[in-house]
Amino acid sequence: MRKVAVIGVGNAKFGVRQDVNLAELTFEAVKPAFEDAGITGKDVDFVALGSVGAWYEESLPVVVVSEYCGLTGAGVVRCEAACASGSSALAMAYLDVASGHDDIAMAIGVEKMREVDTPTILELIGRAGYYLWEFHNFGMTFPAYYALHATAHMAKYGTTEEDLALVSVKNHKYANMNPIAHFHREITVKDALESPVIAWPLKLYDCCPVTDGAAAIVLASEEKVKELKIDTPVWIEGVGSSSGTANLTNRESYVGLTAAVLASRRAFKDAGVGPNDVDVATVHDCFTIAEIMAYEDIGFCRKGEGAKLIREGQTEIGGKIPVNVDGGLKAKGHPIGATGCSMIYELTKQLREEVEPRQRQVPLKNYIALAHNVGGTGHYCYVTILRR
Amino acid sequence: MAKTPPPTLKSKPLSLTYYIPTSKTQKFWDGIKEGKIYTTKCKKCEKLNFPPVADCPTCLSSDMKWVELSGEGEIETFTHIPVKPASFQSYDDYTIAIARLNEGVRVLAWLTGVKLADTKVGMKVRLVAKTTPEDMLTYEFVPI
Repeated sequence: MRKVAVIGVGNAKFGVRQDVNLAELTFEAVKPAFEDAGITGKDVDFVALGSVGAWYEESLPVVVVSEYCGLTGAGVVRCEAACASGSSALAMAYLDVASGHDDIAMAIGVEKMREVDTPTILELIGRAGYYLWEFHNFGMTFPAYYALHATAHMAKYGTTEEDLALVSVKNHKYANMNPIAHFHREITVKDALESPVIAWPLKLYDCCPVTDGAAAIVLASEEKVKELKIDTPVWIEGVGSSSGTANLTNRESYVGLTAAVLASRRAFKDAGVGPNDVDVATVHDCFTIAEIMAYEDIGFCRKGEGAKLIREGQTEIGGKIPVNVDGGLKAKGHPIGATGCSMIYELTKQLREEVEPRQRQVPLKNYIALAHNVGGTGHYCYVTILRR
Repeated sequence: MAKTPPPTLKSKPLSLTYYIPTSKTQKFWDGIKEGKIYTTKCKKCEKLNFPPVADCPTCLSSDMKWVELSGEGEIETFTHIPVKPASFQSYDDYTIAIARLNEGVRVLAWLTGVKLADTKVGMKVRLVAKTTPEDMLTYEFVPI
């Protein structure tokens, strides 16, 4: 396998983006990624698009956005791994270049979720488990999937609703400093605890918003990095992926996600580093409990000690391991196919030390970053390790 | 002051209904009509599965037998849903639980007959078959 670098990144403004259609939104991420890498669409051999769809009108999104962004002619594929679709596209593009098959590949993530109403969104995401055994008779919602984990984690480890609220408060604080974030508003623990119940014990401020967004990543081989004179390549050092059962009832427990544990181990092994070497991480906080479980599943702390990490402020900038200082899915927003690529956008900016405003830049020691992206409720997981 | 939403074009509507094959698990759905919960056990490796399967994911044998579940078990986790999907808008808020049955398999279903405040992890429940007033075949947990 060859070395592969991130050489260009772009991220559209996240939010309710009914001012643009699917292709126009994607363009807002792709053009800056081209400019960042110093290439055009003609230089791209292969495009992997992460997008789940159904909430937007197009059935073949990759050909629609490729035409609009001047990428027609490249090999193209759409990747689906639910909320980890963006990371699955990144893994596909990475393998394409690492294998020596192509020299420049792109991973693009896009989701346009706000073209339908909220009950329809809940319907579509609620079916993202096992339709026949979990949705058909029982109306599972996506918040419900994570609420089942929150209840179990609280019962076993004494994690509290206040602990969950602290995750939301932290992520809103950093989103407020991130120009591309959906929300620019700090909240308090009281705001979070008093917000309406969505799926008990999860309340409104425990849940990520429904967001439109896109992100684009350009990958290149070491030879291309030299040829293009890229001054700050960010290398993909490790990629780990795993899966969990479709039926939640065929899982061993509800206090963590086995797919995330396995994907993390594989990524760390691939990169030859461990959790203590990571300077900054983006983790899949679609719901606040998911961030606490991620700390434990990745190995930033022992199982059951995730709440302690957030209580002590260890995942803030200046703490032991800053997590989701872009605002996370919780407050930057979670356009589900875009999230994996948006995590790589943020971590690339962090590793290049070019985050604006500067208060959001994490001090780097090892120049190692980790992205943890879960699809469904641990139905899929992708962990990517980057190093400058 | 609320901003005027940007202009949009309304798409042609799309409505989808799927007809899901049940030939290989029909005994389960027929059982519900008799008030019983059946599932499958692999004759080769003895693995008990829930939901029922025609093919064993553990040993890949397709030689299965139907067994009736006692239905008794203990709640492992639960949630309560006031914000419902489009197709559940007409229902009252509902509680969903996962319980581990005495036979070892876990089941996800609604929990009825108990208030949210009185619902606890570790609570003993019984799984019962149910035919709804709309003739939907389902099953739910009730407290023992």
